[in-house]
Amino acid sequence: MLTVKDLHASVGGTEILKGLSLDVPAGQVHAIMGPNGAGKSTLSYVLTGRQGYEVTRGSATLDGEDLLALDPNQRAARGVFLSFQYPLEIPGVPALTFVRTALNAQRKARGEGEVAAPAFLKLAREKAAALKIDFEMLKRPLNVGFSGGEKKRMEILQMAILAPRMLILDETDSGLDIDALKIVAEGVNALRAPDRAMLVITHYQRLLDYIRPDRVHVLAGGRIVASGGPELALELEREGYDKYARAA
Amino acid sequence: MNLTAAIAERDPTQLPSKRDEDWRWTDLRGLIRQVPAASEAVDPRDVGQGPFEHLVDASFVVANGRSAPSLRVEAGGSRTVALRFLSRGDGSHGGEAAIVVAEGGRLTLLETYEGDGGGYLSSAMLHVTLEDGASLERIVLAGDGADGVSVSEADVRLGAHADYGQTVLLSGARRQRIETRVAHPGGGAKLRLDGVYLLADKRHADLTTVVTHQGTDGVTMQMTKGVVRDQARGVFQGRIVVAEGADRTDARMEHHALILSDRAEVDAKPELEIYADDVACSHGNTVGALDEDALFYARQRGIPEDAARALLTEAFIGEVIDRIGHEGAREIVRLWAAERLRA
Repeated sequence: MLTVKDLHASVGGTEILKGLSLDVPAGQVHAIMGPNGAGKSTLSYVLTGRQGYEVTRGSATLDGEDLLALDPNQRAARGVFLSFQYPLEIPGVPALTFVRTALNAQRKARGEGEVAAPAFLKLAREKAAALKIDFEMLKRPLNVGFSGGEKKRMEILQMAILAPRMLILDETDSGLDIDALKIVAEGVNALRAPDRAMLVITHYQRLLDYIRPDRVHVLAGGRIVASGGPELALELEREGYDKYARAA
Repeated sequence: MNLTAAIAERDPTQLPSKRDEDWRWTDLRGLIRQVPAASEAVDPRDVGQGPFEHLVDASFVVANGRSAPSLRVEAGGSRTVALRFLSRGDGSHGGEAAIVVAEGGRLTLLETYEGDGGGYLSSAMLHVTLEDGASLERIVLAGDGADGVSVSEADVRLGAHADYGQTVLLSGARRQRIETRVAHPGGGAKLRLDGVYLLADKRHADLTTVVTHQGTDGVTMQMTKGVVRDQARGVFQGRIVVAEGADRTDARMEHHALILSDRAEVDAKPELEIYADDVACSHGNTVGALDEDALFYARQRGIPEDAARALLTEAFIGEVIDRIGHEGAREIVRLWAAERLRA
């Protein structure tokens, strides 16, 4: 599924990723953990093509296709979805309009037909109920005036409707209380599938109690410095990042 | 300075110029060396249909200034009327209209400025009177030609408990200006003055408003948004005067503009002049580019860049259009705006 090789990337002339390599096969959930400033968010933005993140060396492919050569919207149409750490507010655009526009744009890019309004509303209603989101909220401008927890749930809702293949969750647990965290994790777990891969980026182990990863990687100093099973997350929780920060 | 006289007497020295403080960004004297000859009469068969025709119970046409309709809504009556100012050719002309809404009457006024490709100079003057308890919603689509110079001025007098709402949309011209002056009596009268300007190429639009609060407890709500690109120039001048004794006035003015190119320009002058006590007056003014973070967010969800820009700019001005009360007119206005944003 996702293969990242020797990735180097800079922001404003400062190198943040310094030879990052990673392989996330279909059907698996991988966690990326690391101290602040290790390059976690940079990785998510480089993979999704945000302006200002310059790749200077290395590659990132999705099922063999070069992701880095594609526009952000083309990557999305190929199935790459980033759940933002700080979801943006979109004044004036109702959440339903936004998601339907996105879904139909992706379908068009893939040569598929548009989803008509009634079918879309049915889909949105069903997914919102599963995430305990009040359907009325979807008629309001996306994320405007929503609480931190509501914004995160709205990200998972968009993910459920758009049904991407490669899911990147950037600090999805930040700003969530334990009840909201459980709802979000259930939503994410419901999307686990043999033809899907997930990259869960987090500073704390807490989220991984609810979204159990197959592999855990430690990102420090712009590289993956250690990889292991779920037990690695527990070790980090106990002992902190100090030894890896030094290794980097 | 007297535009009407300048046109009637073909005297350029009477055109508004940058020496007139309220005209310094729309200097006609510096632009026009010779006032064109009087415009010719327009063949009535050449008038066509306006955008609001199917919504109205009467339609008035002022073509090249050749008529001066007088429109009255009787006490307690209700009308929806189209008022079309047409400019054709390269001449100059002045037109006017008088509008009275008697006590308790209601009027929806759907006004358009429709120009051709000519280099005309046009002036329109509206005299609007709302008697006690009358209401008027005025919606203006100013769609002049790129080479025209078009000025519209409205003097609005409100009675007690009158309700006046206005939404003006401008797409600019060589010079285009819509000016509204409102005498606000306070005391339960309500005023909403909204505007949208959508400018491309080298077009210029000027939206000027002057509100004078003369009595206590008056309310004014004003929201203007603009989108300018290419080498276009938008001008917003909003003045609210709260006269001595007009205590407890509540006046809010907002102007926000998006500049989508390096060579486009927006000049804004929001002014509050307050001579009364215990008033709630505020103005907010921002001029900036489209939010790049929001743009990336939309693209990450699969929306191509051009579509994402259109979605965000339509949403930006949608906040103003949503405030239009007349549903049928609101949707026509929305389409009119969308066409100009996508062009």
